[in-house]
Amino acid sequence: MTIGEIRDSLRSGSSVVSIVEAAIQRAKDDPYNAVLEVIEKRALACAKDIDRKRANGEDVGRLAGVPFLAKDNILTLDSRTTASAHMLDTFVAPYQATVIDKLEAEGAICIGKTNLDAFAHGGSTENSFFGPTKNIADAERVAGGSSGGSAVAVAAGIVPFALGSDTGGSIRQPASYNGVVGLKPTYGSVSRYGVVAMASSTDVVGTITTTLDDATLVYDCLRGVDVHDSTTVSVEKIPAIKTPLNIGIIQEFMSSSVDPEVTQLVQAAVAWAKEAGHRVVPVSLPTLPYALAVYYIVIPAELSSNLARYDGLRYGLSRTTDSIQESYHSSRSEGFMDENKRRILIGNYVLSSGYYDAYYKKAQTVRTLIINDFAKAFESYDILIGPVAPTPAFRLGENINDPLQMYMADIMTVPASLAGLPAISIPVGRTAAGLPVGLQILSPMRSDFALLEAAKIWEGMNG
Amino acid sequence: MNAISINDVKHLATLSALSITDQEAEQMRTQLSEILGYFEQLNEVDTTGIEPTYQVGGLENVMRTDTIKDYGVNREDLLRSAPASESGQVKVGRVL
Repeated sequence: MTIGEIRDSLRSGSSVVSIVEAAIQRAKDDPYNAVLEVIEKRALACAKDIDRKRANGEDVGRLAGVPFLAKDNILTLDSRTTASAHMLDTFVAPYQATVIDKLEAEGAICIGKTNLDAFAHGGSTENSFFGPTKNIADAERVAGGSSGGSAVAVAAGIVPFALGSDTGGSIRQPASYNGVVGLKPTYGSVSRYGVVAMASSTDVVGTITTTLDDATLVYDCLRGVDVHDSTTVSVEKIPAIKTPLNIGIIQEFMSSSVDPEVTQLVQAAVAWAKEAGHRVVPVSLPTLPYALAVYYIVIPAELSSNLARYDGLRYGLSRTTDSIQESYHSSRSEGFMDENKRRILIGNYVLSSGYYDAYYKKAQTVRTLIINDFAKAFESYDILIGPVAPTPAFRLGENINDPLQMYMADIMTVPASLAGLPAISIPVGRTAAGLPVGLQILSPMRSDFALLEAAKIWEGMNG
Repeated sequence: MNAISINDVKHLATLSALSITDQEAEQMRTQLSEILGYFEQLNEVDTTGIEPTYQVGGLENVMRTDTIKDYGVNREDLLRSAPASESGQVKVGRVL
């Protein structure tokens, strides 16, 4: 489903209320465990309001009447925001995220919240307190994650777009696993006010859609400096890209450890681009293989600090006793999932005195080299391409007891996160077993609109 | 870099305000050792003379005027999220 189809439907006489009611019904019937909660009352009130404005000929915004879903780590009014964690399973936010306000201002209607790995820690949505989301193509496989619910909801046609968040691949990887478009924008270009913090130096809010046009439109509505988030930067719309493009295919992502069917589809994408007249050349970024180790030092360090706020006293799960110290321990031990605890422990370990230089500082220094590698590559290439993940969607339970193996699924998505670059996953085909596979495209910081335009090269490929 | 011991894991858990059972500590020790072992590869990278990167947005010292702004959220809204409150304050157990 596309935003254009909603518009056509409105143009041909459907009311916003009827469109929203239909979307709510689809969300309620969701067989994938993608949707956690439906926001019925507020959504219908917003729909009625837009119908009234349309009848009066008032301006209703660029997304008027378009229903959407938000990952449940984004604060919304009149619903719970749980981050799929027991810690927040009854939490009702007293305010709303800027991204939701901005979409509502454009007439879009949030009809509910989607499943994720608790606190966005994971790449399969299996770490959710509410159970895993199932893959769109195979109910025995993972949705990917952590924005698994958003990716599957869009792939299933419940809504034309959904919001996700991407810290190390959490939009791109589930988009790849479910055959939809996942945009991780430039770091800082979308407000994070009202988004449950994971790792502050890479967290970004982005979009899941079925088309690049829809991703462009929604991103255009989301982007911009927010007075409530001092880390926001502006990204300007740039003139059309110059073709033919110089495209670098990242050699470090094309090793023999990548699933042969994934490699084959990426090679097909290379051939497709060449056929369209673009130059595609192998490029080496020698520090990229170290990005995963850097990521799993830096990100736990940051999230161990961000999750220190969950004390069981001010909000969230509370198991208070007479001793405040005991209250912290019992609330946090019950409220966090195993993966949350594992990451908190790693984070506090790498930040502890005696290990800080060896792990944390070393990782942040290698991060500089990764950024330098990208800068050098972008001197010669407009965009870089490669797989999104080493395999298609894996089986439910396959990696759940092996955290390091689970982390390996992030190996190709974390480099762009560490460097703050915009990156996108677009569907380019399916394996013989019918599992969707995405192509990852990366471009320089703040060139998000050029990235979205360049990605159109492959839009016809997913036939 | 040293291998992590069961006591290290328990100490780390205490510092993180988490209670873990002996069984959980043993499982965490195995998993953390494996993960920390994976980090060893960074020693292969020559970082002589390279500065660490702590943020990538390129922003420095974002300033705003020191004035009170209405965020549309009042004290009662926030206290509603707290498990216990009294006289307009969050109520907690004994600290000292």
